[in-house]
Amino acid sequence: MSRKPPPSGGMRREGSPFTGLGPVFMKEFADHLSSARMMVLMLFVIAFGALPVGLSLQELRTITESDPFLFLRIFTSSPQRVPFSFTASLSLVIPLLAIGLGFDAVNSEFNRRTLSRVLSQPIYRDALLLGKFLGGLATLAVALVALWLIVLGAGLLLLGLPPRGVEVARGVGFLVVAIAYGGVWLAVAMLFSVIFRSTATSALCSLGVWLFFAILWPLVVPVMVLAVTPADVAMGMGRLDETLAMIEAQSMLERLSPNTLFGEAVVGLLNPETRTLGPIIPSQMRGAIMGAPLPFDQSLVLIWPQVTGLIAGMIVVFAAAYVVFQREEVRA
Amino acid sequence: MGDNVIEVRGLLKLYGATRAVDAIDLDIRRGEIFGLLGPNGAGKTTTILMLLGLTEVSGGTVDVLGFDPVRQPLEVKRRVGYLPDAVGFYDHLTARENLRYTARLLAIPRRDAEKRISDAMESVQLADVLDKRVSTFSRGMRQRLGIAEIVMKKAEVAILDEPTSGLDPHATFELLEMIRGLKKAGVAVLISSHLLDRVQSVCDRVALFNHGKIALMGSVVELANQVLGAGHPILVEASGVDIAGALRGVEGVQTVVAEGEGGWRVVADRDVRAAVAQRIVSSGGSLTRLADLQPSLEEVYTRYFEEARHVA
Repeated sequence: MSRKPPPSGGMRREGSPFTGLGPVFMKEFADHLSSARMMVLMLFVIAFGALPVGLSLQELRTITESDPFLFLRIFTSSPQRVPFSFTASLSLVIPLLAIGLGFDAVNSEFNRRTLSRVLSQPIYRDALLLGKFLGGLATLAVALVALWLIVLGAGLLLLGLPPRGVEVARGVGFLVVAIAYGGVWLAVAMLFSVIFRSTATSALCSLGVWLFFAILWPLVVPVMVLAVTPADVAMGMGRLDETLAMIEAQSMLERLSPNTLFGEAVVGLLNPETRTLGPIIPSQMRGAIMGAPLPFDQSLVLIWPQVTGLIAGMIVVFAAAYVVFQREEVRA
Repeated sequence: MGDNVIEVRGLLKLYGATRAVDAIDLDIRRGEIFGLLGPNGAGKTTTILMLLGLTEVSGGTVDVLGFDPVRQPLEVKRRVGYLPDAVGFYDHLTARENLRYTARLLAIPRRDAEKRISDAMESVQLADVLDKRVSTFSRGMRQRLGIAEIVMKKAEVAILDEPTSGLDPHATFELLEMIRGLKKAGVAVLISSHLLDRVQSVCDRVALFNHGKIALMGSVVELANQVLGAGHPILVEASGVDIAGALRGVEGVQTVVAEGEGGWRVVADRDVRAAVAQRIVSSGGSLTRLADLQPSLEEVYTRYFEEARHVA
């Protein structure tokens, strides 16, 4: 094996790693917003969002009993005619949007032969990659905020009553979670765009990871957990602590998927009645009023681990992309 | 560092066990056009990337305008313009928008930037397509846009990697004119190329690369003397006379070799044109051509690599 020279050991490079971050960010943001691809992705998002929202609004208009969180039901109720709610639909569409924005972030620069020219300007690779990521994230945020406002507006028009402050606060919380969720997938797509020179390969890999977590992982986890659980516990005949341990193990594994984290955070935020995201035993419910909503700050406490999990995942994947990008040769 | 803009000492680049660049020394002087010549894969591009701090240096030192590209790449890249091999621009943007992006990366104030962009485009004769999308540009126009970027940057050193490859003769001629223009503006220019005859016409000095080493370095005439031997080569064409026989007796003539149809290549230790003409006429021949042969880089190159192969 050849000995790799120490990466400028002891000699620090000079100048801020963020030199040039602003221009890269502005260019990426402007490029995304004006691109035909963004139009297509937005149409896709609106189509997938409009269907459940429109149908559940029709149903919600007929509800006569008073519901203090009527507005939030627009997001979460799954109408009878389509089997998924607005949030469930978003948990599928946001990754697609993020992958669409990020899968060719770096390799397209390489293929267009612009990478070496841009890197010969006074800028570190750090700023280029981070600027691209933030540009994509800002685009994602704009798209989601627009969608969110459309839903809010439709709700105002069709329900004929304004949302309460706490509902808006929970809605904004949902928006933040959705952007963080999109950020994870954007980072995944950018990681593949750094690894693979071919944009088709990187798109395919990103979509593969997305499909894996959206479809396969929820099916695989119970099988894996059951395989290592004693038979009597698996049959529901074990001691309480053993059964709890099995359920805990299963949800820990499920939470490795960003989809699970997003789903749990959304449930906690938009269904104020949610008291826990894990198993609950009757003794813990003593004194609780069934169906009573949690205050907003308590809901935030409940979903905090999920939100930090999403953000941490985003940072870890981005860091991986960064490391790979730093080691890459710029020449064709 | 005196009058040198680039000083390279013992520069080394290892890819695994291969020495892509093998301990080279190189000086580029202020305001000269320097050619890095050699076959593909000889280490030219790798050397350039190390000068710009775009790839890791395995050993040796580099000094560009007083800065170390390993530790101070931003300072180097602020002052050095780079035109990569087959340069790319953002096709969906216009020429102006592409240069504006570069200007922002260079932190040129907005008011100055517009003026500098239009001046630069003027200088490469692209002013009329300033607001056209780059996707409509030919290869030659893209290369000129790359030169415009360097002009706009007001670089002190321009590094051009294979600037003429893939260009038609007219576009090549125009591009070489622009490179001369850079030199006139006081920019030191470093050109890498494997197209010798084109580059020969603009280079003040050249370095021949071979297997990661600099085989020869100097002006074209110096290299010719070194490789082809000292002497004045001339081309003689005449009829009605045994040229070889007639010229062997001329004082100073060293070799007479047939070259092409009826032509003879004569090498002497001084300018023997007058004596040769006299001898041919006095021998009853009619002289049809008598030309002073400039040493061609191509010849130097071919001869050098032939010899290198023989040695190997």
